[in-house]
Amino acid sequence: MIRKTVANVTDALAGVKDGMTFMLGGFGLCGIPENAISELVKLGVKDITCISNNAGVDDFGLGLLLQQHQIKKMISSYVGENDEFERQMLSGELEVELTPQGTLAEKCRAAQAGFPAFFTPAGYGTEVAEGKEVREFDGKMYILEEAFKADFAFVKAWKGDVAGNLIFKGTARNFNPCMCGAAKITVAEVEELVPEGELDPNQIHIPGIFVQRIFEGKDYEKRIEQRTVRQK
Amino acid sequence: MLDKNGIAKRIAQEVEDGYYVNLGIGIPTLVANYVREDISVEFQSENGILGMGPFPFEGEEDADLINAGKQTITALPGASYFDSATSFAMIRGKHVDLTILGAMEVAENGDIANWKIPGKMVKGMGGAMDLVASAENIIVAMMHTNRAGESKLLKKCSLPLTGVGCVKKIVTNLAVLEVVEGGFLLLERAPGVTVDEIKTATEGNLIIKGEVIEMNV
Repeated sequence: MIRKTVANVTDALAGVKDGMTFMLGGFGLCGIPENAISELVKLGVKDITCISNNAGVDDFGLGLLLQQHQIKKMISSYVGENDEFERQMLSGELEVELTPQGTLAEKCRAAQAGFPAFFTPAGYGTEVAEGKEVREFDGKMYILEEAFKADFAFVKAWKGDVAGNLIFKGTARNFNPCMCGAAKITVAEVEELVPEGELDPNQIHIPGIFVQRIFEGKDYEKRIEQRTVRQK
Repeated sequence: MLDKNGIAKRIAQEVEDGYYVNLGIGIPTLVANYVREDISVEFQSENGILGMGPFPFEGEEDADLINAGKQTITALPGASYFDSATSFAMIRGKHVDLTILGAMEVAENGDIANWKIPGKMVKGMGGAMDLVASAENIIVAMMHTNRAGESKLLKKCSLPLTGVGCVKKIVTNLAVLEVVEGGFLLLERAPGVTVDEIKTATEGNLIIKGEVIEMNV
């Protein structure tokens, strides 16, 4: 077995520098790497590019990095819940590349799987297609999208073992598995880190080969963005 | 004239037995409340669940279980969870049978705009561009006119597009329309709404063939 464990979040983020490109898992605030984000705030790295489906809310998730003006560029599909994001974008302080959600996921997966690019119909005929190669297959139009290139991927899983194998929970899975192995270094934080042999190999969502560093995270807040309930 | 629930109720009639359905945010979300109980339908939410159920009971909310609108939800028996790339493989690969989404504008050639108002709102397209580019069966749920009273059914979209030539059917508070060669074919009118009222509220070419029936909602 090849061990992937590091002692803590500080060791997990060793090598993080200004100007780097990071992938961050999560959908809204669900399944975000809370510990890695806190550490990035603490480290104060600047001019970073973040690839993440959303940009958090004003005071949580990636919103914390936006508050400190650490992000130079965001690559996301939907950023509607963050006023500070909108302000920085409209004022030109923040560069934003809005990407269709399925394309965003596939650009991660392509990087993971070793594909330099792929054709997708999403965005054909819209401003997303500007400057991109267009090709027709079976009478339908597609645009060429390239795989992401990132320095670090920060993902959050439910359980993991010391070999870096990961299991996700519910819809907290989202972009996390797609980002594993899609950057030079993948850092996985888990709610529960177990010894080798404790996870059933049949149930593993992401094999440890896609993960370079794993640690057990602390103090998960797991904030709910829209609490909707029904009455009994 | 229909309210938002009325629009959802009419669209629910388009949902057939065995359909996998993706519902957008807003009026489309309401459609789930009106699907016939004698048919089997599964709702997909693009953040990674198939077999989405209703909101949880108070106290049973799970931060790890949300829909694409970031609302807490439940999973029904037979549900499954998956990653975002798999989710869009379902959508792009045409495994999802019906997509219902909102729009700011629809053009008579089937173009749709629903993600951006230049210089104003910056939210992003989310999964809408993937959904409209891939789905074969798309129904738009929207009000016929905007808050300023201007038609949302246009000759040509004025806002940045989400997709081209993709909308097939539109259900509004006034009418059910189909996008056909040359314009919007008026299929049904809402209870108490006249054809003339629909004509006035539609900027794009409205095609009327014979008697237009009233919706049964």
